Order: sequence, then C-alpha cells, then structure tokens
Amino acid sequence: MIAKLADNIYSPLGTTTLDNYRAVANHRSALRRYRGERDLPEPFTASLLDRDALPRFGDGYTPFERLAIASVADALGRCGLDPTGGDVLFILSTTKGNIELLDPHCRGAWSDERLAPAVAARVIAGHFGNRRAPLVVSNACTSGLCAQIAAMRAIGAGTCRSAIVVGADLQSRFIISGFQAFHALDTEPCRPFDASRAGLNAGEAAATVIYTRADLAPADAWHATRGAIRNDANHISGPSRTGEGSFRALQAVTQGFDTVRLAVVNVHGTATPYNDEMEAIALDRAGLLDVPVNTLKGYYGHTMGAAGVLETVLTMCALDHGTVLATRGFNTLGVSRRVNVSDSHRPTAGRAFVKLLSGFGGCNAAMLFEKGGER
Amino acid sequence: MNIIKRVTITPAGAAIDGYPVPVDGRGMELLTALYRHTAGDYPKFFKMDPLCRLGFVATELLLDGDRRNGCDDRAVILFNRNASIANDRRYQATIPHDSEHFFPSPAVFVYTLPNIVTGEIAIRNRYYGETACYILENNDQTIIEEIVGQAFDADPATTSAVAGWVDFNTEVDFLADIFLALKQ
Repeated sequence: MIAKLADNIYSPLGTTTLDNYRAVANHRSALRRYRGERDLPEPFTASLLDRDALPRFGDGYTPFERLAIASVADALGRCGLDPTGGDVLFILSTTKGNIELLDPHCRGAWSDERLAPAVAARVIAGHFGNRRAPLVVSNACTSGLCAQIAAMRAIGAGTCRSAIVVGADLQSRFIISGFQAFHALDTEPCRPFDASRAGLNAGEAAATVIYTRADLAPADAWHATRGAIRNDANHISGPSRTGEGSFRALQAVTQGFDTVRLAVVNVHGTATPYNDEMEAIALDRAGLLDVPVNTLKGYYGHTMGAAGVLETVLTMCALDHGTVLATRGFNTLGVSRRVNVSDSHRPTAGRAFVKLLSGFGGCNAAMLFEKGGER
Repeated sequence: MNIIKRVTITPAGAAIDGYPVPVDGRGMELLTALYRHTAGDYPKFFKMDPLCRLGFVATELLLDGDRRNGCDDRAVILFNRNASIANDRRYQATIPHDSEHFFPSPAVFVYTLPNIVTGEIAIRNRYYGETACYILENNDQTIIEEIVGQAFDADPATTSAVAGWVDFNTEVDFLADIFLALKQ
C-alpha cells in the first residue's frame, strides 16, 4: 500500500492545493470566454493560465516544463523527500507534452527532441537533480489515474521507494482546434450531467502527488489502495453505450468494499452528452447510484493529463475539510439514471472515495483512496 | 511472466520469433502487405494512422491462432518513444495560421494520442482488459518487462498481455517489437 506525502495544484485558480480548494469552496470557476485567443477563428470557453506568470527557472525550460516544475517544486517543499535519490521515480502524466512547439508561432529555438515526452520528463526530473529514467504515462484523459496506478505498482514491487507523479497539459491551438473540429466543446461554461449540457471546456493546469511506502508516511495520510484500468473495446473516440470499461474498472476497485463508506465518486463528468450518460450507466451497473457523485470540470474545464491528479488531490483536500464539492454548472439531471449529483457543496464525514476517468482509445480507469488513522 | 511469442517489424521486414515473414515491400507498403497477409478483411485499417497500422499488423501476426480463447480480460500494454508524432505533424499541417487553409480534421485529430493503438487492438480482438501506453526515451526491455510484470502482479484480472515496443517516427524509422505474455 502507498501513502501520500504531499501534493500541489497549479491552476488559474491558485498555485497551491489549499488556494485551489478555497477558490472552489467559494464557488469560483476559472472558465472564461476567449475570442481570437491562440489565433483560432472560433471563440471558445476555457480555463487558461497566464503564461507570463509561470516561473521561469532560468532559460532552459519550455512553458510546459515550467508548469510541471512549478507544481513539483511546491509539493516537494511540503515534505522532506530528497528528489535526487535513485529510489525516487518521476512519473509524468501528459497527453500532449510540448506539442505546441510544432506550431511555428511557438517554436522558438527548441529542438525537435523536446517533442518526445520522455525527453521533457527527463528535463523536468533533471531540474530536481533526479537522474533515474522517468516514466511517462500517456493514456489520453485517463493518464492522471494510470500514472498513480503506475506509482502504486512500482512502490508495491519495490522498484522505487517513493514516486513523484506530476500531471500537466497546456491548451495549445493544436488541442483546442481538434476538439472544436470534433464538435466536443461547449462555447459556454460546461454543464456536467445537466439536461442542457453541450460539451466540454478545455483547461490548463498541473498537479502533483508524491507517494511513498505506507510505513514511511504518517498514519493519517491518504492511501491509494486499489486501481484498475479497463478498455471498452468499442470505439476509439466514442464512449461505450453500456459503460463497459468504466463499469469494469469501478467493479474492480469496489469489489468487497462497503460502498457506504464512500464519501463520493469523483467522476470524469466532462459534460459531453455521451460521456456523462456513459458514466451514469456505469455507476448504475456498479451499484453506486446512492453514493454522492461530483465532477470538477465546471471549475477547471478538462485539464487532460493533469485531470486525474488534480481531481484526486482536490477531492482529498475537500474531504479533509468535510466537504463533497458541488458540481458547478449542473442544474437539472439530464442522464438516464438517477445519479446522486448536486449543485451544492455537501457536508460529509466520509474518509474514502473513488476517482473515475475515461478517454479516447476506449480507456477507463478507477482508483479507490482511503484516509488512514482514526477520525 | 512467461513470454511465449514475439513479433518484430522494421521498415525492411517482419519476423515471428526470429523467422522472417514472407511478404514484399518496405515502409508503409510493407505494413499494407502485412495487413493483406494477415487480416485482409478489416477495412478500418486504412483509416488508421501509421502508428496504429504498425501496432495492428504486429498484433495480427502475434495473435494468429490465439485471438479469443477465453482472453476477454487480456491486457494491451505498449511503449514507445515518439508518442503519436507522425500523425501530430499531419494534423498540425491542417491548422496553418493562414485562415484560407485552416481545415482541422477530426479524423486526423483522433489519432493524435499514442494510446489509440491500444484501443484499436482491444476493439479488433474484443479485449476488455487493461490498456496502457507508456513513453520511454529508449526501447529498454528491462523496464518494459518490469512494468508488464507489475501489471500481472497488481491486477488479478490480468492473466495474459500483448505488450512491448511500438514506435513510429517516420516511414523509414519505425519499430514494432511486441510479445505475447502469460502470467504463468
């Protein structure tokens, strides 16, 4: 079993986990409408970082690398972990890494090599003096959970003692134009699980979680106890009509676990018509309709490779404050199953939750987290 | 973990457990020839980007005769260096900054993720197990076997896996080096 030592969220709503929690607890959203941004012909609504405010750490880092480094640096500052050790594994979760360097307007003097995500990961780990070959997990929108599952496995197998998991993605012209072409974006702030939902919003963020062997962490730390990844085997860009992969992943992480103990299932909830309906079906099939459900996309948009880490960390912080966060943008239930979703923050005494994600390529991932110690 | 079969494909040819596959062609033509030699009846192949074509035909060669024998939970765990860069460049070419030529294609965009190939393999073979894509700087067999071994140990549903290296940079620079592994 592995336990959390420290974490960070670096987003337009704040540069620490606590600042992010306070912003969301105060119902703030980072979603804004942009016109002409990224030299795109169509306007869009997104959660974007102020690039100029990103720390530079000298001249040797791309904006993507600066974002990831800023997040890791804050998390490392909150625990005594020495990142230079050979027993510390860096795991980067990203869908597109430095892809914006393909754009002649962003290219600068960066070499082609930087487009390889593992090279970017080496640069990020190298900033902290870590020389071990990093692992990059790029499993579309499930990457942030798959990266934490990789950490669980590596620590469990003893190939490392601690793992620094950082999820990050920037919203380039590349990604936004693609989702626009896919007609997957809502031009307004997204409305997850709502009857009027019309698509997702893109979001920029990085988030970090540092895990170590449970016996090396405080007893009351959050523990990542189970993880599962399953495929729909159905379609590369459309969710399964039966929620097959999400159902199987949920079933794998909740089997034999008393779901009354779950404070919340923090789902993907992108607000695309198909995703939210698919998740509702999967939750029903997994017997989880009574458990409170929420999604954070109404505050951050879809932060891609960061989502799994960011949403896990923010849910941990919210439960530490006795709160199941509201699903911003939700008003009237618009899925075929009676999912327990709310537009208000709800008090909870729960100390366990499930995190669910799904993505292109038919992949789905779920994890179970439990807080250690006594209440 | 027990590796029972291995397939390699380079721009110059393909081999099963070291024995050359008798097909002609180089580069993308080789992949098409391998498709005709194996599946032949899966027209979706021609919609796929080069990375998916490479992973698809490599898996067809690997699974000949052992596709669906009670392996609904089979995992697909692939590794590469160049993510989806070949198709990313193709997509980037559809979004130039002069608006006259700005035509982003959803059919190209969907392949701008390196894990899509794992999904294509899962769909083809009806595998509902774990699918994962990891990116490394180099084709390091020690790390690859370590991670696949951990997948077997950590998830009781995973008892067999299609795994290994599937990397596509350019038509003259690609490599599939994949294996079929059983837990026992």
